Amino acid sequence: MTEVSSDATPSLPRGVRLRRDEVRNQWLLLAPERVLHPDAIAVAVLERCDGVRTVSAIVDDLATAYAAPRETIETDVKAMLADLANKRVLDLG
Amino acid sequence: MNDMTIPNPAEAARVPPPAPLGMLAELTHRCPLSCPYCSNPVELDKRSGELDTETWKRVFSEAAAMGVLHLHLSGGEPTARKDIVELTAHAVKVGLYTNLITSGIGVTREKLEELATAGLDHVQLSIQDALPDTADRIAGLKGAHEKKRIFAGWVLELGLPLTINAVIHRANIENIEPLVNMALEFGARRVEIAHSQYYGWALENRRMLMPTREQVMRAAETVERLRDELKGKLVIDAVVPDYYARRPKPCVGGWGRQSLNVTPSGKVLPCHAAETIKHLKFDYVTERSLPDIWANSSAFEAYRGTSWMKEPCKGCPRKEIDFGGCRCQALAITGDPEQADPACSLSPFHAKIVALAIKDAAVDQTDYVYRRFGGVPDPRVTVTHNNAPVPAGPVD
Repeated sequence: MTEVSSDATPSLPRGVRLRRDEVRNQWLLLAPERVLHPDAIAVAVLERCDGVRTVSAIVDDLATAYAAPRETIETDVKAMLADLANKRVLDLG
Repeated sequence: MNDMTIPNPAEAARVPPPAPLGMLAELTHRCPLSCPYCSNPVELDKRSGELDTETWKRVFSEAAAMGVLHLHLSGGEPTARKDIVELTAHAVKVGLYTNLITSGIGVTREKLEELATAGLDHVQLSIQDALPDTADRIAGLKGAHEKKRIFAGWVLELGLPLTINAVIHRANIENIEPLVNMALEFGARRVEIAHSQYYGWALENRRMLMPTREQVMRAAETVERLRDELKGKLVIDAVVPDYYARRPKPCVGGWGRQSLNVTPSGKVLPCHAAETIKHLKFDYVTERSLPDIWANSSAFEAYRGTSWMKEPCKGCPRKEIDFGGCRCQALAITGDPEQADPACSLSPFHAKIVALAIKDAAVDQTDYVYRRFGGVPDPRVTVTHNNAPVPAGPVD
């Protein structure tokens, strides 16, 4: 299983696009031959994966934005990023 | 009151189908390779009949507006179209995810760079085998493999994501691990190990392509092992060989349910091989709009949903999972497109398809009928094969 470091600077590689689907009124993560359906939290994480912000900064930001415990957010975010990296739709930088 | 329009109950009850997710645009049937498993129909569209630039652009706009997400720019060799950059740029502009499905032959670095600049999202490159000589023989073009290696290098240099597609059959089924290693070496993020599906040219060549059941089992084990070993490095997608299967594949995700296919001349098909079902009438994008064809074309309506089914599909708990499998395969093996796909063990024709596979796998022959314009050569004409790589184009 991929380990996600707090210092990693995740980003969506070329060929992976987060976009709004106006026809179906939903968010999508488009990848080669794949359509992933991120929920609202996943969208919030992915929007912050700009290749500059660290995982640690993303977690801080989300903990503030959603007024949630940092530890819970950190566990969830790292698990999600590891899963997406294994699917090769996210670069951990 | 009698003059009032009374809605036809069938019409009133008709709910428009959900929008398709993907569209395969076969921009041209021209191709420098002659692979004997090509999914194109045996009767290829000529260049003179190809849609013009403006029509393709209109079709892409219509596709995006109706909800298509992925656009597969395919062929033949899509870069054989002089307007490939203009078409790609337009598809990107209207919001489609663009995937170039290419042989990598005949594409210059400049052209690829123009495509990258136009916003191309992804490149899928075909590889025929891990060994250059076999690869060239399968492709019907000497030197093809080396050109592909160079092309893959350009894809990487330009920062484009790469998928390697390898069609698997008797001549390369023992080389899956080297093929996957080659994909890694080429810098691919993803590889498709796609067992040949027997339609079009592949059906003509089935005796030369079909692996044995033991080979298929070993191939599946290899794929599973490599998938585990390469997790996070390389995604391995596998397309199963269904003659030896117990359950059919959900062909194209269900007829008229998720995807559509536009031929070089603008005919809209629910799948690659749909034209083999002779009683279906297909519509052209030059005569009707894409959304109209998707929702109302009789060819799409014919096997959409489950109401056309008969037993064993009709009462099957899996009918919304595999949608009865493939209509074209049902026709090819049973003579009736409304039969269950014979790949299903519940089909009364299942024993027949297994017997065909076993019989073909035992044939010790590799004199392929190479893909060519003008259809399959007349068997009465003697063709000499010497098993050496043959030049591009018609081989007789």
